[in-house]
Amino acid sequence: MIVSASFLQDPALIRFLYIVAFGLFIVGMRRVTHPTTARRGNHIAAVGMAIAVVATLLIEEVGDYGLIALGIALGTIVGVPAARQVKMTAMPQMVALFNGVGGGAVALISYVEYRDFLDMGGNPPAEELIPILFAAIIGSISFWGSNIAFGKLQGLLPGKPIGVPGQQFVNLALLLVAIGAAVAIAAGAESEGLFLLLLLAAAVLGNTVVLPIGGADMPVVISLLNALTGLSAAAAGMALDNVALIVGGIIVGASGTILTNLMANAMNRSIPNIVAGGFGGDGGAAPGAGDGEERPHRSTDATSVASQLTLADRVVVAPGYGLAVAQAQHTVRELADELEKRGVEVSYAIHPVAGRMPGHMNVLLAEADVPYEALKEMDEINPEFATTDVTLVIGANDVTNPDARSNEGSPIYGMPILDVDKSEQVVVLKRSMNTGFAGIDNPLFYNENTSLLFGDAKSSVQEVLAAVKDL
Amino acid sequence: MDLLTELTILVLAAFVGFEVISKVPNTLHTPLMSATNAIHGIVLLGGILIIAESDGFLSKLLLVIAIAFGTINVIGGFLVTDRMLEMFKKRPKPAEKDQGSEEKGSEEKTEPVAEAQG
Repeated sequence: MIVSASFLQDPALIRFLYIVAFGLFIVGMRRVTHPTTARRGNHIAAVGMAIAVVATLLIEEVGDYGLIALGIALGTIVGVPAARQVKMTAMPQMVALFNGVGGGAVALISYVEYRDFLDMGGNPPAEELIPILFAAIIGSISFWGSNIAFGKLQGLLPGKPIGVPGQQFVNLALLLVAIGAAVAIAAGAESEGLFLLLLLAAAVLGNTVVLPIGGADMPVVISLLNALTGLSAAAAGMALDNVALIVGGIIVGASGTILTNLMANAMNRSIPNIVAGGFGGDGGAAPGAGDGEERPHRSTDATSVASQLTLADRVVVAPGYGLAVAQAQHTVRELADELEKRGVEVSYAIHPVAGRMPGHMNVLLAEADVPYEALKEMDEINPEFATTDVTLVIGANDVTNPDARSNEGSPIYGMPILDVDKSEQVVVLKRSMNTGFAGIDNPLFYNENTSLLFGDAKSSVQEVLAAVKDL
Repeated sequence: MDLLTELTILVLAAFVGFEVISKVPNTLHTPLMSATNAIHGIVLLGGILIIAESDGFLSKLLLVIAIAFGTINVIGGFLVTDRMLEMFKKRPKPAEKDQGSEEKGSEEKTEPVAEAQG
């Protein structure tokens, strides 16, 4: 051990700063769990991160500051505009992308660390080697899986499940290759080639696992990948003997796991099921009624909807991703304002996975200045549909599908839904008769008390709003 | 630090993670996911730690990329979370609108929005 060059490089000080840093992470995250303190909490966690970075820069063995500055500068140049400019509706894929680069960083660091050990004469002891191998596999899966998730949500790849025959076997084989390479290295093989094979197998696995998963399951997948990246960061921390990395990584791993579970529960899907193949991915692709095109449905026009709404006492808006895509949230709020002027009570039914991620719809509606109290969670609003005069379903589909309650053959059977069909009248704003994101037909559209208003969500709502003003 | 100490820290921190997160209202799930996502960008420390001791152009290049990736993860994650949470702040009274968003705010929203029902 060399004597510390200065007080600032004292390892004890650095360890102390790390303790401060993850203390701030924990306090910050705790605050993020309450609406009123959430923003402060996020700032506190960010300060913790800044402290962790500064402390690390002080470590005596750290050098090459020019290259470090270059990396940080590049990351800032890319990250800041991306975060500033992304639309609220595109948030889920942004999270997927940020998660992916984190996983990529883990994989790259593991690889270089292994190369360093080989340069120094051979494999490291198992307590460092095993975390490196683990981090490399998971980091690589996370990077590629997140990129595919991004591609699907961004529309660069088809949202529908893409499957190849023997999917499960291919995945299993890839996993075995990755683990086999890891075991061979752990058993004493000193080979950069094997390590690259491991990274490659994990990369392909990340692709083949996420590609067949349908868009509706994507939030769960992103959350799962988020947790995995956290775990891989913790593993990297063990390999590098760095407490801040271990704690920061595992906290994300733990919280991500819980979040994944919450989301999967809300959709009544099990995580193994999702990973094994998306909706329709198992070949049983013909749910419920296959003759969807020909079934009778009632279409309506803006003026009729306007009079339905103004005559009602209670109106519930059930928003879905379609509303978000059309950026119709502001117009919907105007319509609600207009109705409330006329004494109509308006509330919003928020399904836990409305939008693309839990809480996503709340963010979108908050953006449009919808009062917080008007947003009602599914369990709160469901008993109220029976006394609701008109329910306006805007761009939501699968979360209102009554098949989830009654049709055991339906792929979404058992998923909790908004019981919109129990209200006296239902108006569905829809682009066309196409099936939803998950590709499942919705019998709600053919009910007697349902009428359909076709068109882009935003322009439809605008027409209804204009008609209401004219009445 | 020996393996067992590290494992101790790992397990305890995992429980802290579970505890802190288990009490989140649904509405905050997306921001929370984004915030935790930012925190695992801490892996950029790994790149900082080993860049000096790693020799060769390829290793250094990969680590610069790793540091850049980690930075994107951290900075992007915190900024995006902040943007989302900004929208949850209590509005003073909806009387005066201050709509700076990309939507053209040309509507005549005059009277206070009824505060719906509780």
